[in-house]
Parts: sequence; C-alpha cells; structure tokens
Amino acid sequence: MTQPRRLPQGGRIDRSRELAFSFNGRPLQGYAGDTLAAALLANDVRLVARSFKYHRPRGIVGAGAEEPNALLQLGGGGHTLPHQRATQVELYAGLEAVSVNGWPSLEFDLMAINSRLAGLLPAGFYYKTFMWPQRFWGRYEHQIRRAAGLGRAPMEADPDRYDKTHVHCDVLIAGGGPAGLAAALAAGRSGARVILADEQAEFGGGLLGSREQLDGRPATDWVKAAVAELRGLPEVRMLPRSTVFGYYDHNLLTIAERVTDHLPPGISAGPRQRLWRVRAGRVVIAAGAIERPLVFGNNDRPGVMQASAVSTYLNRYAVAPGRAAAVFTNNDSAYRSALDLLDAGVEVAAVVDVRLRVDGELPARVRAAGIAVHSGYALVDVQGGKRVEGARLMALDSDGRGFSSAYPVGLRCDLIAMSGGWSPAVHLHSQSGGKPRFDETLAAFVPGTSCQAEVSVGAARGCFDLSGCLQEGFEAGAAAARAQGFEARPGAPMPAAVIIAQAPMMPMWRVPSWRGVKGPKQFVDFQNDTSAADIALAAREGYRSVEHVKRYTALGFGTDQGKLGNINGMAILAETLGQDIPSTGTTTFRPPYTPVSIGTLVGRTVGDLFDPLRKTAIHEWHVEHGAEFENVGQWKRPWYYPRQGESLDQAVYRECLAARRTVGVMDASTLGKIDVRGPDAAEFLNRVYTNGWTKLGVGRCRYGLMLGEDGMVMDDGVTARLADDHYYMTTTTGGAAHVMGWLERWLQTEWPDLKVYLTSVTDQWATVAVVGPQSRGVLAALCQDIDFAAEAFPFMAFREGTVAGVAARVFRISFSGELSYEINVPADYGRHVWEAVMAAGAAFDITPYGTESMHVLRAEKGFIIVGQDTDGSVTPDDLGMSWILAKNKDYLGRRSLLRPDSVRTDRKQMVGLKTLQPGFVLPEGAQLVDDPDAAKPVPMLGHVTSSYHSPCLGRSIALALIRNGRQRHGDVVYAPLSDGRIVRAEICDPVFYDPEGARQNV
Amino acid sequence: MKKYSLFSLARNAFSHHQNWQPAWRNPEPKPAYDVLIVGGGGHGLATAYYLAKEHGISNVAVLEKGWIGGGNTGRNTTIVRSNYLWDEAAQLYEKSLQLWEGLSQDINYNVMFSQRGVFNLAHTLQDVRDVQRRVHANLLNGVDSEWVPVDRLKQMIPILNVSSDARYPVLGASLQRRGGVARHDAVAWGFARAADARGVDIIQNCEVTGIRREGGQVVGVDTTRGAISARKIGVVTAGNSSVLAAMADLRFPIDSHPLQALVSEPLKPILDTVVMSNAVHGYVSQSDKGELVIGAGIDAYTGYGQRGSPHIIEGNLAAIKELFPMFSRVRMLRQWGGIVDTCPDACPIISKTPVSGLYFNCGWGTGGFKATPGSGWVFAHTIARDQPHSLNAPFSLERFVTGHLIDEHGAAGVAH
Amino acid sequence: MLQIDCPWCGPRDETEFSYGGEAHIVRPSDPDATSDEAWADYLFMRTNPRGRHAEQWCHAHGCRRWFNVVRDTVSYRIEAVYRIGGQGPGGSHDPA
Repeated sequence: MTQPRRLPQGGRIDRSRELAFSFNGRPLQGYAGDTLAAALLANDVRLVARSFKYHRPRGIVGAGAEEPNALLQLGGGGHTLPHQRATQVELYAGLEAVSVNGWPSLEFDLMAINSRLAGLLPAGFYYKTFMWPQRFWGRYEHQIRRAAGLGRAPMEADPDRYDKTHVHCDVLIAGGGPAGLAAALAAGRSGARVILADEQAEFGGGLLGSREQLDGRPATDWVKAAVAELRGLPEVRMLPRSTVFGYYDHNLLTIAERVTDHLPPGISAGPRQRLWRVRAGRVVIAAGAIERPLVFGNNDRPGVMQASAVSTYLNRYAVAPGRAAAVFTNNDSAYRSALDLLDAGVEVAAVVDVRLRVDGELPARVRAAGIAVHSGYALVDVQGGKRVEGARLMALDSDGRGFSSAYPVGLRCDLIAMSGGWSPAVHLHSQSGGKPRFDETLAAFVPGTSCQAEVSVGAARGCFDLSGCLQEGFEAGAAAARAQGFEARPGAPMPAAVIIAQAPMMPMWRVPSWRGVKGPKQFVDFQNDTSAADIALAAREGYRSVEHVKRYTALGFGTDQGKLGNINGMAILAETLGQDIPSTGTTTFRPPYTPVSIGTLVGRTVGDLFDPLRKTAIHEWHVEHGAEFENVGQWKRPWYYPRQGESLDQAVYRECLAARRTVGVMDASTLGKIDVRGPDAAEFLNRVYTNGWTKLGVGRCRYGLMLGEDGMVMDDGVTARLADDHYYMTTTTGGAAHVMGWLERWLQTEWPDLKVYLTSVTDQWATVAVVGPQSRGVLAALCQDIDFAAEAFPFMAFREGTVAGVAARVFRISFSGELSYEINVPADYGRHVWEAVMAAGAAFDITPYGTESMHVLRAEKGFIIVGQDTDGSVTPDDLGMSWILAKNKDYLGRRSLLRPDSVRTDRKQMVGLKTLQPGFVLPEGAQLVDDPDAAKPVPMLGHVTSSYHSPCLGRSIALALIRNGRQRHGDVVYAPLSDGRIVRAEICDPVFYDPEGARQNV
Repeated sequence: MKKYSLFSLARNAFSHHQNWQPAWRNPEPKPAYDVLIVGGGGHGLATAYYLAKEHGISNVAVLEKGWIGGGNTGRNTTIVRSNYLWDEAAQLYEKSLQLWEGLSQDINYNVMFSQRGVFNLAHTLQDVRDVQRRVHANLLNGVDSEWVPVDRLKQMIPILNVSSDARYPVLGASLQRRGGVARHDAVAWGFARAADARGVDIIQNCEVTGIRREGGQVVGVDTTRGAISARKIGVVTAGNSSVLAAMADLRFPIDSHPLQALVSEPLKPILDTVVMSNAVHGYVSQSDKGELVIGAGIDAYTGYGQRGSPHIIEGNLAAIKELFPMFSRVRMLRQWGGIVDTCPDACPIISKTPVSGLYFNCGWGTGGFKATPGSGWVFAHTIARDQPHSLNAPFSLERFVTGHLIDEHGAAGVAH
Repeated sequence: MLQIDCPWCGPRDETEFSYGGEAHIVRPSDPDATSDEAWADYLFMRTNPRGRHAEQWCHAHGCRRWFNVVRDTVSYRIEAVYRIGGQGPGGSHDPA
C-alpha cells in the first residue's frame, strides 16, 4: 500500500497531485504540499539517519528548522545538496534523497560498533589518547576524518545562479505566524514600508499545523484573509521561503530567500536563492518558539518526536507518524497533541506527565476522552532499536530527583510525543546584541533589554496563547510604524481566540536515571550524540563554564546549532554544579539562524565579476593583436605580444631590441594621473614629494618620490607643470588610488588652509609611450604644431599640440633610457591615436611592447619599480636616491629618516648583480649570502628584486637589495636556490646601460 | 596529574567515568604570587606552564576575566605554520612550530596537531616574486618550504580551481609541509592542566581592573576578586592589550579590530590540507569533524565587539568560491568574531615596558594561534630573567622608536 | 554593518566609506624639534579605547570628504558626526 500512514482526509496537501520521489533508492509517493519529512513519515519510513559518533539509528524528531537528525543528501552531480533538513524540504516530483551517515547501508551500519565501544568514547576521549607514538597521529587522524562529516560536497562547479538585493524598509517583521501577520497588518495599514519574511512556503506559522479557532472558524481562514489583505497593500512586501538569518549592527538584517529550491533542479531560469540585505527602521521579531525535548533513556529512538511536530504532521500533512502513541510531557501543551492523535484515530496509550498534580483544562479534556494520564510519572527508557516498540515509566518522588517506585512498568507504543516546555526563538534578539534573561516561570530564556530598534512578540517573547500573540503583534506593528512616522489607520480588528487556561509547567531537565550510571543513554544533543552523562563528566573534569562544556562535549555544535539541546544541556550543567541557570550562563547566538549556502552569500561576484576589471581605451587592439595579459591591480595590462610560435623570452627579446634600436610603443594608460590645481599647488607638492617643486618652470617635468610618514618609499612618478597653478601628476599603476586618497587626506585633515584641488583623471587620459631612437620621426609625422627638435623640446619637457588630429599633451620623459615621448590624449581617442602611431611607425617597423619588456628596459637603466624593488621597508637612501631628498624644506616622511634605524650604515642597499655565468637569470626572490655553507639559519645579505636577460647587453642582469651593498661593488655573493643550485654573482652598479644618460638626451 | 592514555580511558570506562579528576583545580586566589599572568588564553597558559617547567617558577597565578581559552584561542582558524619572511619572525615562529611538534606528548593532552601542509597561493607575477622570495628565505632560515608550480598544485589539490580563465588565476604556491592545524580549545585546556599540575593557580572569572605600581615598579593588581600582589606581571590579553596598557599609563602602537571566521556544515573529507590566498583574501581548511573552517581579512574599523560586518564574510566567501567553485552549495553553519591587536608591522610585541616588572605580550594580529607555545616559551624566559630571549629581543616596544620594524604584512596571511 | 551619517551626503552603508583610525592626532609642527619618542608617539601610538572613540572616516565612494565620528568601539553606536575642524562632543576638535 502506498503511503500507509497517510490519513484518509484532512491536511493542507493537494491529494490531486501525487509526487514520486525516492529515498535511498526506494521509490515512494507523496503529495504536493508535503515536506520531504512528511512524505517519508506517510510512507512509514522511520529510520532516516545514523548519528555522528555512535551511529545509532535515528528518525525524524521535529517538523521545522530544529530538526537534528533528518539531514539528507538531495540530488546528484553538480546539483547535489548536502545536509538538507527533510523537515524543511518541499517535496517535488523526482526528488532523490539519500541518508548520509551509514556504511555500507543505513539499515546495516558497521560503524554502529562505536555504540558498543561507547564506554571508551566518552566526551573528550580524543584529548586523552592517540598520542603514542608521536608520529602515528597522522594515521589515527586519517581514521577519525574518514568517520567524520555528514553530507558530501558537490564535485562540480555550481550550475545555479544567486542574487542579492539591497533594500530599506520601515518595519521588518521576522516570522509570519499569528503575531507576525498581526504586526504586518497594523504596520502595513499605516502605509509604512513593511517586509514580512517567513521561512515556510506558506504564511501562518504554527497555525498551519494546529486546529486553533479564531472567531469560531478555523484559524487558517483568518490567515488566508490576512495574507490577502497584506498582498493588497502597496508598501508591504511578502517574502515566503525566506529566513531572516542575521541581525547585524545598525539594524541591518539579512534574509536568505529560497527562490527555486522547491522546484526540480535545472527547470527554472531564476536564481536558486537570493540574499536580501535589509536596513530596517524597526524590527519586529515574531519567530515563534521551539519545543524542547525531554531527556530520558534512549530518547533518541526513531519514533520519539516533539509533541508539536506530531500535531503538525497530523493536522497539516494528514500523516499519522505512528499507530499507538505515548505522550510524555511536563506541561499542558502536549495534551493538544494527545487530542490531535485521538481525533486522527491514533491510539493514545497514555499521557505520562512528570507533574504530580495535573488539573488543567486540556488534561481534563484528555481524561474525559478516556485516555490514561499518569501524573507524577516519567518515561525512563524506550524499547526498540530502529523504531520505538515500547516505553517504560516509573513514578517520580516528590521533588522529581528520584523514584518512588522500584521498578518500571512497560507501555506499548510505537510513537512517543514529548514536550519539555518551550524555548522562545531569541536568536535574532541575541544577534542584535540583546542579552536573553531566564524566566523562571516559563523555565526558558526570553528576550532581555533591546540594544537596537527591535522588539520580540508572541511566542518569541514567551507568550503562548493565541489571543496574546495577535494582540502583541498588532500593537508592536503599530508602534513600529508610528516610530517611523506613520499613523495607524483603521482596519478589521484582531479576531478572538478561545482562551484555555494553562497550568504551570514543571521543569524537568533530565529524568533521573533508573539504573544510575548503568542506565541507558539520555541524549541532550541528538546530532552530536551528547548525553546527560557527557555533560556531567565535563563538569566533573573541571569544564565548568557552559562554553567549556559545549566545546568539550560538542553540545550545540551540530547543524541545528543546539536549537533543541542547548537549554537542556545548560540546565543539566547547572544542576550538576548545584547552581541556578542564570549564574551558569546565558546563551549567545551568532548568525546564521539556519545554515546559508555559500553561493547565496556570494551572489553574483564570481568569475569575471569577482573583482572589477579595468581595461584601457586601447585594450581591444591588444586583444586583436594577440597580446598576453598580466593582472596589475584591477588592470589588465599587455604583458607581451608573441608572434606566431614565440615564447615569452623570444617576444621580449624582439620587443626590447626594437625599443633600443628603432622604435617601440607601449600602452601606459594605466599609470595613475592626478590633476593638481590651485594657487598653493607648488607648496603642496613640496610637502608630499621629497624634492623641491617651486622652481620647476611651466612646460617642464620632474620625477618625484613620495614617502610614507614612516620614511619608507611609497610611490613615485613624473609630474609636469602645465601652468603656474596647475600640475599633472602621474603615479604607479598599482598605487594610484592609494596616492589619491593619501593626498586628499592630507589636504582635508592637516592642511585645509592650502588652496589646492585634486582630480583623479586616470580614466580620462590614454597614454601612448613612443620609445626609441626613431620616436622623434614617428611623432613628427603625426604632429605638425609641436617642434620636436632637441633644443625646442628638450628632455623632461612637456608640450601641448595636435597629434593625429587630437589635442594632446606630449611629455618627453623616459622609463627606458631611450629618446621617448608619452602622448596623452582624451581616452576616447586613445585607440585612434595608438593606431595612428602604429601607422606612422610602420616605416620604422614600430613594435608594440608589454610590461615585461618595459621591466627589462628600465632594469637595464637601474630604474626601480615601487612595490617590486621596494617592499615598504626601503628608504630613498637605500635606493641610492639621496639626491632626491631636499635639505631645505620639510616633507612627509622626512623626520622618520632621522631615526636610529634609518641612519644605520649597514642597511640593505640597491645594487646591480651580474651572474658569473652570464646566461643564467637569477630567480626573483632569490636570497643572497656570503657563505652558502654556513649552518642554518644562514645569515642573509638581501634578495634579488628584479632579474632578466638583457637582450642589448647579451647577458643576465639583476637588481638586488644587499646589506651595505654600495660599499661592496665587485664582491661575489652566492644565491642558494630552492632547487639546491648555488649561483655566484658579482655586485655592481645598478645602472647597466648608458650610465651617462646620453641616449635619452639626444 | 594522572596521566591520560588509552589505558586510563579503559580503566575509567569500568567505573563509568565517575572517577576522572578535574583537569585543573578551581582555587581561590592567594594574596600574593611570584608572578601573575593576566589573561588565560593559550599564550598566557603556555607562559605559566613554561615558567614552571623551564624556570622552576611555580608560584604563579593566571588571572582570566572569563573562562580560559574563551578569547581568540577559541575563535581562530587554527592554522599553524612558520614560513615568515624576515629572519626575526621566521626564527620565532619556527621555535613555536618545533614546540608544536612534541606538544601533545609534552603536556599529555592531545592537541591534535595535524601537519597536513599549508599552501600560500600566488595569483599575480608580483605574488610569485613575493612567495618565491619567502621560500628562499625560509629555506636558509631552516624553515621547510617549497615552491609548487601550478600543474603540480592541481595534482596535490584536485578540487582547486587553477583555470587560467579565473579572474586572478592561480600561478603557483608555496608549501610548508610541516604546517597544519590543531584543535584550538585543547591547546588552552592542555596547557592549563599541565600548568596546574606544576602548581600554577588558574583563576577564572577574575578580571584585572588596575595595575598597582610603586615608584616605577609593579607591585600587584586589583581584580574583581580583590587585590593580588606580585612584583612580576605578564600581560597577555590579546584584543584588550591597550586597555591593560592604559591601566599602567602606557600607550601602545596597537589597534584592536574585529576578525571574523566561519565554518560550514560538516562534510565528508574533501580537503586534506590548508589553502591560503592573500591576493583574493581567504583561507580554508577542513576540520577533523568535517567542517570547512574559513577566515579572511579584518574589519577596517577599531572594534571590541567580537563581531564584524557581513560584507567582510561575503567577500571572503566569494574568494573561497573562486578557489573552490564546488563549495558554493555548501552552507555556512556558524560565523563569529574575535578581537585582534594589530601592530603597524604585523609583528607582535613581546617586551619589557617602562614599568619595572611589567611585561607585555601582544600585537599578534591575526596570527597568534600558531605562535602559542613559542610565545609562551619566550615570554616565560623574558619574565623569569627580566630580559628577552634572543628570539624575542627584536620584538620590543623600542622598535617603534628606532624604526626597526619587521614588516610581515606579506606573510601574515591577512591584509591589515 | 555600520550606517554612517556623512555630514555632506547623509546616512550611507559602511561599504561606501574608508576608515582612517584615531582622529585628532596632531602632526608635530616642528619635526626637527621632536624627539624620536615623540615622533614614534605621533606615528604609531594610539589610544585604542574600549568605548568612546573619536575617529576619522572618508566617504570614499561618495563625496570623498574626510570627517570625524565619535563611536563606541563595543556597541558600535555612533554618538556624533562632525566635520574636520568642527567641534566634537566633549570639546575634541582638529587643529585649526
């Protein structure tokens, strides 16, 4: 028979839509509207998982986010999803679910041997063993790791897409049960912008699984009307399948919306999930409460469930999770479940209530229905292995710490509905910074003082009657809207619920063990197999803080984050230590409320969108001409331009020689460019650069070095004086944003008196560097209104003119040591001018070159690259650049150059290196030593910062920072390489080529 | 101290584990001690242990305002390695790594030090230069280190995305095989138990509220449990170092920042090593329980809140998804924050202070866990001898005056 | 995530801003007359309080203006926002 445990009628399922699915390969049927858990129970599937440590058989305990056991792997391939909580998975056609923790099978699990060895595996056993011999830990660990983990990660990239949405609202309501709906109605009617988010597919919360009445009609009728009204309010946004999982500072909350998870994978075009970042004016937390388990012997057997979950399966899904039930409780609410069971035709063997006196209205109804109520009794043991087959109960003594009967009596049942009281969901309140306080009457933590603009209502505050929930919700919604400036507007009043007085509950954190230490295990945390005895052991061993106990026993560290077990565990610790609960500890929750997919948190920022990608105006030309690219900061820069079959080395060889012998061209657009303007611009430059700027004439350029206030080289570049009060500064590619921020900060915070205006113009200008002996000819062919004669346009000068028909700024500067012009044009003309340069240069066989050749050319000249030849610990003097330090003015970083460490004489200094074997190119990063045979740690002199084969010198060259290097020209040092080779090199001057600088000055 | 072993486990199983001793006592503070250690994290407990073991000073109390190991010791991502760039740092961390290698046996508590290797990825040509520089320096400093080209990397970590189409393609990595991870709580508990066995008093729920001085000499502390005298006080209160320094009228070159981390739901084994990337900002390993343990950069602002902003975590996970695209469907289970003391040069301060008898050990930034035993070892030496060991002499407060900083931003693993 | 009230643009998410650390640190007016110790104090030493903190922020992805914020470093609550050169709570202010 299909779906043997399905009730003939009732529920909110759609019986006209039967859905086929499979569990561990077994084909099964359910209905639309089922959760996977409901469908499994309808098919009388009890055993769904094995526990983490002992591999004990486990079944479904709950019906929502608190479920600790039913964690299943869904689907396969790239779509597979580990650890899906069956109680929250909406059933769809073709769903494939498998258990995660049984080997070789769930039914027959060899790892269940751990259960027999349990005596050797108490809490923290691994801290006490596996230590000998020392080298064996790796092997032990391998075995431990194999046994660990629940689900499997996919082995393929995620085929799905994820979105993020950022919104502001006046009132965010977390939870769409009665209190949340009431809050939304009150706030929504006022016209405030409201977001109502609920983790379930349907709004209504606990009402969906209850038989409560409002105004004499089923409460779900009111839910329907409320939802309809809310959907009609233009400023109200309803988010079903959306869990408010994080509450951060300044009322920022995050919501994970499961957009298409309820559909078979691969059929929807939409994103799988969406992350909402909500900045809320006010927050109403209506997240409900979680029913606590009771801690008694073998309370983990499949068929032991939360009483409220049993009711939910009966009422919402028309599933009877058993044939004969026992109800075990310490409060009145579970009596509703007894009545639900009875009315659904399930035999109720007995209600076992730890309270001596049971005289409330609900128990009276249960008694009237002919069900035995054993007051003052407790279940002490559960019989059965893979499913409940019975239970044993004993009479408690007057204080509930021991028994008044000597032997237990048996009770036949295959389902145990337990209720240990209710814990308000204080998670979001706690995340917001609130400190939950312990309420002795409810025996539960309830929200404390608010630290942010939030309020908890309904069951989340500890109010467990329906009328109270509606009232609180409505008032909170109205108050939140009012605080945001929206006046309440009239609407239908809240409906009336039947008020049933509830008798006080009796805390029963742990049923006494009827066989002392030899009794059956009493589980507190099902997923991590943490038992009451484990907690007592931890306390005995001195782990007295609740945080120690949790970490020592793994209590609350499962994927349910202790939603069921933490309060019981804390209370058991308090009892063990003879303390009250508040002085034992509070409970702090961190995001997320329930686990959130990494993909959802990442959203679209993957692949090319991982980080913004910057391209120059000439980029597409480089692509079309086969350039290989290098990432420099966010920029893509042409690295080299290989011709057919050329390697990097071959291309660079050709490119370098072209620049040295005829003409090369390079896209230098990525250099940072800052427009500096204002009457105090010269003074400003004097303060931020180490050298003087006052005397630089209009039309001239100067190289400048910038230091941090710690005196270390920070950036460099050439700045031109365009007018008396106008400069054009260039920075390194990688340092542009930092330098801009640095300059702005000094201007605004320290020197607000200076009249200087800064504008970043990096993206506004394209820069084409034409480099080489023939560059003058190329420029002359493209530009008629500038005289390129050496005397008319000398080195380190700048001219404005028209290049290839475009207004241009031309700088005669050189980063290669050759005659060289940098043409700056508005970026939109960049490609046009580049192509014009290529055309005009064709006669000279003009050769485009990339960053690699640029590096070689500048290294031949001993020009540094900040960030490659410096590392934040290098002063100008270390680089041999004392000449650039003005003596007659202060500048940023100058004072730091006078500190004792800055004036040490044995600092590392920039030198050149020539390998004794001229063909050998030292690896960059190689360390240099005097004695390669010295014992480790080998004293190191410094390291190679830049190293290349120099085509025009026909040998390798390198730059290095070497201790006291300037005094050591001619010495031979050793570079012991990571592959074991030892390379000898001679220290030399860092300028390898044209030391007089004649070539750039022609 | 009754020794832990498989035999003791079996013996106790027969008595249903009713007879285990407390791992450490819970004593009332005495009015005076020879040495007070302020801060019951891993570093403080290690300091107390080595004071007793190496220097025979056991009249020591560790004062902890909350519960031991409750600060950064219990909040970090447990990575242990010693592949730092500069000689001073490499030697200090290497000493620590050597202590890790025998630690479980030394303190008779399994800290589960797992030498599964640590990879530092390079994503740009400059990354490659920096990583290779570090590899070369490590080798000469006696720190095991190797460069792994990308093809071999793919074999060693098959699930790593080494596609050249990635936004920042992986170009290679350094590998320190002796690096790995350890069980963070066990480090605090194990040192506590071993120190306690040598006579050290571990006093929890005892917050220091003042540092008493007489004529430039420290003489004791005020605490929430009364005044306690001592003429030597070592402060090891990561996150709150400036607060303690202010009690002695000192100002430190430290900024406290939130550092966030997270774990995923527990997965079957999929990653058997530690992968770190500075360039895309993320690091990940898989715990013995199966959780992916993930960390990233610090929050920009000064903060003592043990929490940060969600965009930091989101950016961090984007980096992890770049490196391991299949982790996208894995879920974040838990996130949290610690407070890290950041120093201008990303190196610690383990130093005497202008107040005689007052010593500080702080400024570890994001990298303190790996240094736990070594930090305790050199700090114990510094306190016992009233002068630093040669390993920690470079990490003095004076370096900020002389300018002799040890800039480890590149190797510290996290940008700050 | 913090929400910071830029004095020029209004409240914006923290992600639009960059953090500048402790405010009201004055650069010595005569560095040459400043001892190494005093220079180190200016460069590196910070109050880093647990509690009320005057700090600088820049609306980097907005108006790019620097301004001062007084924020509690434990609760992260922002007590005041004021312009550079303006008067903060308790009389803290920038050099003229």
